[in-house]
Amino acid sequence: MVTGIIGRKVGMTQIFDADGTVHPATVIKAGPCVVVQAKTAQNDGYVAVQLGLVEETPAKSNKPTAGHYKAANVPPTRVRREVKVATGPGGAASDVALKSGDQVLVSIFANGDRVDVIGTGRGKGFQGVVRRHHFAGGAATHGSMFHRAPGSIGASSFPSRVIKGMRGAGRMGGGRATIRNLKVLRVDPENHLLVVEGGIPGAPSAYVVVRKAITAKRIKVAQVEKPKKGKK
Amino acid sequence: MGAIEVVEQPQIADRPAMKSGDTVKVHVKVREGDKERIQIFEGVVIGVHRGGARASFTVRKVSFGQGVERIFPLHSPTIQKVEVTRSARVRRAKLYYLRDLKGKAARMEQREESREGSRK
Repeated sequence: MVTGIIGRKVGMTQIFDADGTVHPATVIKAGPCVVVQAKTAQNDGYVAVQLGLVEETPAKSNKPTAGHYKAANVPPTRVRREVKVATGPGGAASDVALKSGDQVLVSIFANGDRVDVIGTGRGKGFQGVVRRHHFAGGAATHGSMFHRAPGSIGASSFPSRVIKGMRGAGRMGGGRATIRNLKVLRVDPENHLLVVEGGIPGAPSAYVVVRKAITAKRIKVAQVEKPKKGKK
Repeated sequence: MGAIEVVEQPQIADRPAMKSGDTVKVHVKVREGDKERIQIFEGVVIGVHRGGARASFTVRKVSFGQGVERIFPLHSPTIQKVEVTRSARVRRAKLYYLRDLKGKAARMEQREESREGSRK
């Protein structure tokens, strides 16, 4: 069973519960994906599949990539990502092994599942230490002359240098980010849509990988309120 | 139709056309223990925030001399229905100035039904 799919962030909205509770939700256009390469224990030492996201606009490909797709007999795609294939208890694939050209659809997820979403976060530019590393900063008033500066970054003549790894101002964000254990609120296989609770990395139209949560939390079920004793 | 609209479409509830200055009765479902009843919140709409299923509106009333404002999600399932009882002619989209007025000053001129052919 394939454990993930490639998608594209569409944007955020909100979903109402029957009791009126509002859940913030992100809509992901997930799939359809095709298997470009199936990795097997004999050939590669581990079991996984390389997926390609099928999009409306045809992808450009250079000769080596075109050959890679030709071997799988699928048209080239713009993004390819590798996802693991869940194995059964004996270490063997739990069901029929996927082969090149097979489709992977959003229906691998169901409502209430927990998923991890991996993407590239938004770049925040050059940021100071207060925002980037959560330094406390100084007092704004009462004669304080220390506001958002980093403070001391080490001793003076010995060691005469700054210790490596000292936290400072610099470029923030824009790297790979994983948000774990998001709850699946809706699955729409017809339109290839997946709605998860909460935010995910990146701006709208960013590519993400959605996979089954690797550290799945127990899903909270609201406790039924016991009727109070006595007169109503 | 965009993907966001596809997700929001099933949630859109049937609500009357509302504008700032309208006096509305909002029938809200209130849960008490395992019983459910309807509470009516009546007041003036002082702002409508649009946006698909995320739309909301603010209703202001003066209760025992104390101004009360409540922001309702327009398509919330806790709202059973919304009745528009009166429409007033206003020249702002957001009537936040009503917060500083009380009594006679906070009255508003009734909008003639015939003059607004586009509505209703």
